[in-house]
Amino acid sequence: MALTVVLAIAAALFTVSALSLALKGSALDRPVVYGGSLALSAIGLAVGLNALIEQAPAETLILPIGLPWLGAHFRLDALSAFFLTVINLGGGAASLYALGFGRHETAPQRVLPFYPLFLAGMNVVVIADDAFTFLFSWEFMSLSSWALVMAHDHVRANLRAGYVYLVMASFGTLALLLAFGLLAGPDGAYAFDAIRGAHSSPTLIALVLLLVLIGTGSKAGLVPLHAWLPLAHPAAPSHVSGLLSGVMTKVAVYAFVRIVFDLLGNPAWWWSVVVLALAGVTCVMGVLYALMQHDLKRLLAYHTVENIGIIFIGLGLALGFQVYGLGWAAALSFTAALLHVLNHSLFKNLLFLGSGAVLTASGERNMEHLGGLIHRMPLTAFTFLVGCVAISALPPLNGFVSEWLTFQAILQSPQLPSWGLKFLVPAVGALLALSAALAAACFVKAFGITFLGRPRTEAARRAHETDRFSLTAMFVLAALCLLAGILPGFFIDALAPVAKAMVGNSMPLQREVPFLSIVPIAESRSSYNGLLVFLFMVFSGATSATVIHRLASNKLRRGPAWDCGYPDPSPATQYTASSFAQPIRRVFGTLVFRASEQVEMPPPGDPGPARLVVRLSDVIWDTLYEPIARAVEYVAERLNRLQSLSIRHYLSFVFVALVGLLLVLAIWP
Amino acid sequence: MILNLAVQAVQMLLVLAFAPLLMGFVRKVKARLLRRQGPPLIQPYRDLVRLLRKEVVLADSASRLFRTIPYLIFAATWVAAALVPTFGTRLMFSWSADLIVIIALLGLARFFLALAGLDVGTSFGGIGSSREVMIASLAEPAMLMIVFTLALVAGSTQLSTMAGFLASGEAGLRVSLGMALIALIMVAIAENARIPIDNPSTHLELTMVHEAMVLEYSGRHLALIDLSAELKLLLYVSLIACLFAPWGIAAPDAGLKALLIGVTAYIAKLAAGGFLLAVFETSIAKMRIFRVPEFLGAALMLGLLATLLLFVSRSL
Repeated sequence: MALTVVLAIAAALFTVSALSLALKGSALDRPVVYGGSLALSAIGLAVGLNALIEQAPAETLILPIGLPWLGAHFRLDALSAFFLTVINLGGGAASLYALGFGRHETAPQRVLPFYPLFLAGMNVVVIADDAFTFLFSWEFMSLSSWALVMAHDHVRANLRAGYVYLVMASFGTLALLLAFGLLAGPDGAYAFDAIRGAHSSPTLIALVLLLVLIGTGSKAGLVPLHAWLPLAHPAAPSHVSGLLSGVMTKVAVYAFVRIVFDLLGNPAWWWSVVVLALAGVTCVMGVLYALMQHDLKRLLAYHTVENIGIIFIGLGLALGFQVYGLGWAAALSFTAALLHVLNHSLFKNLLFLGSGAVLTASGERNMEHLGGLIHRMPLTAFTFLVGCVAISALPPLNGFVSEWLTFQAILQSPQLPSWGLKFLVPAVGALLALSAALAAACFVKAFGITFLGRPRTEAARRAHETDRFSLTAMFVLAALCLLAGILPGFFIDALAPVAKAMVGNSMPLQREVPFLSIVPIAESRSSYNGLLVFLFMVFSGATSATVIHRLASNKLRRGPAWDCGYPDPSPATQYTASSFAQPIRRVFGTLVFRASEQVEMPPPGDPGPARLVVRLSDVIWDTLYEPIARAVEYVAERLNRLQSLSIRHYLSFVFVALVGLLLVLAIWP
Repeated sequence: MILNLAVQAVQMLLVLAFAPLLMGFVRKVKARLLRRQGPPLIQPYRDLVRLLRKEVVLADSASRLFRTIPYLIFAATWVAAALVPTFGTRLMFSWSADLIVIIALLGLARFFLALAGLDVGTSFGGIGSSREVMIASLAEPAMLMIVFTLALVAGSTQLSTMAGFLASGEAGLRVSLGMALIALIMVAIAENARIPIDNPSTHLELTMVHEAMVLEYSGRHLALIDLSAELKLLLYVSLIACLFAPWGIAAPDAGLKALLIGVTAYIAKLAAGGFLLAVFETSIAKMRIFRVPEFLGAALMLGLLATLLLFVSRSL
């Protein structure tokens, strides 16, 4: 039943897309598309939540479409239900936001038809139960999101972003296609049930694992496959950016979990080494890149890379624990990863929506041109601040809970007998701690430069609060961030069936713990009560405020800023985004970005201004992508000659190819 | 139950009452070491009272957030300080937050303090915030590695359990613990903006970090920020004392007598900690800001090494 509803939602989203074409040019198209998407997402959310909480048994359905001998298989189990919840929660919030935000869209016809299709694509990916349906919907999701990225194609940078995204997406799909081909074997058993039952050789499985890492990692943004993400995510309209960063990367996580934990089975110890090493590097690189940005949306996109790293650390640990039969620890790290999936989808969506509000209010994405927005748009500033605290993993909000659980999982890892992991896991722990601290620095910068201080340009000075739909969407997400932070036990319990199905074990039931605490293993080891910490803080803050205002003084006088006695009225004397990051750039940047600073002083007597030039180079782009691009270009140019030969040349090529293939067949044992 | 609640309440008030005294003591000892008379011990209390009574002068460009932040910082720091065992491990609410949470609460306070530095839009505020987050970006991971080390030794991240385990003497002497202690002292110096990282008595200098962020605060707001800084110093001294000098700390089942012994021992430990800090500060010069990463990098490496040693030795 639930599965039929999800398919009906997908079909209805297609209808909405068609309706938008029919209503083209009328005033109704925007409310119809976003209102329809909102309603359908709400139904999808209800279905997903219901399946997750009721712990309904897996439901399957085969439709006679797709490959003729296969049909289209669909399945709704706990994992799918969880990701359906995440997708539709994000989709619903973005649709609600877009009801107001979409008014400012300059090219609505480039966005409206593709938006419901994108949602439909994501919904179908997580219920697909055979390789063909999966890849078809995966590619559908990629292409519809590509169309959305290209919505503003008059901006030159967006063209490049779209191109890089298309190349990387096709490359990722190719890797997944090969992975499924290897898994299905020579008989072409593409249904996931058949793949689950098959037993492949270890070398084959190793190859599949690497292909899956490439395929899903390129979509999720694992370093070094992240290159497209910070280009493409900011290029789309802001509500779509939120979906790309907050939700579509999670669909990639789903694909990784589905294939590695569910279809492959029986992991080997080195899998977790590969995943953990990649994830640790991803974490720190992502946040360091983010710190160097001064474009607000690009900063957020880079930060997604860091969070994907955190999620994959949890998954890698789960793999390691599973190999050595430490089921409860595997359940702990797996739950931590999934909880971070949910948490990140909440606050990243919230932050992108906030950046969209800033963009409409001031027309600026560049933080160097903003500042002081908290005075003009206090409500947006408040929700953005909630998102910043949450993403910086600070209590009592939700980001802290999942990182805390990940740290608890890391503390269980000395029990792993493998020496490789013994050395790797503490290092990954240190990288995670480093990235958490850098994330806080990054969001002090993002919030402080954008919303605090004095306005740096006229546009920032004239900014205005955003509309009610957008504010509602942001407040809903902010409230969820707080809720998931102070009552994490309910969320962990809801994830229990997913962990049970994927790693064969689940965390202890948190609803039996008194006072709504969470206890991952045993109370003597560790426990956390977000609600109590929150109440304590509210209590002590309120008490101190009341006592001071009653007993001491509540007088207040406004005056010019003190600034050590030499205040300068020009807003240019404030710290900017680049200068704020300068100390960190000096500490980490010389190593990672080959950053160099150069002061160009005019010669004595010349009244011209001195200049400070900062050069950063993207090491991964320069050492990995540039050579590949050059090689492809070189080969393409050489092969260019083949395009203008005569027919007999082509016939002889066909003949040679035929002979070659026959020879292979003859020699094959 | 009642006694537990009483211990918790006494602890909350005790840290609040002792925090300015510790600061006054450190200043006094420092002054005496420099052959100065120094302010009286209760000077910090007088400062706080005077600041609380004064009106607040708020910059024109300050936002609402700027006025809320002192209360937020105070709340986060006070809650954190209330959860670190001082004279007894019998804290009513110790299960609500482990050591990682306490570190994160201090991180929350720092997050908001750095925002406050940016709020008015002055160059000094920016310089303070920018340097503070740079220092924190190394101090926080170093602290977490220390937590890892301690948690692996004690088998728990719960601070009361850790303190109880280390007080019982089961841990014995370990290389890892020694490294963790050195790293913890280094982090504590950096976190509390003491020499050689930052100079707490500096003003109007390009080298200031903490003071630069709070330049625009006045009156009751400044009082709260100063009190939070004093609480933080007390928190770190208590933390080092309860983990590495757990002598005399009252066990969870202790009676009134043991608690009294605990309080006496705690006061002695605070005095010793304050004295050592003052001696250390007078015997060393402040370092350049870009030497700080090396200092904290060393702390981070020590913490990581200590953790690695434990990971490796666990299987032997």
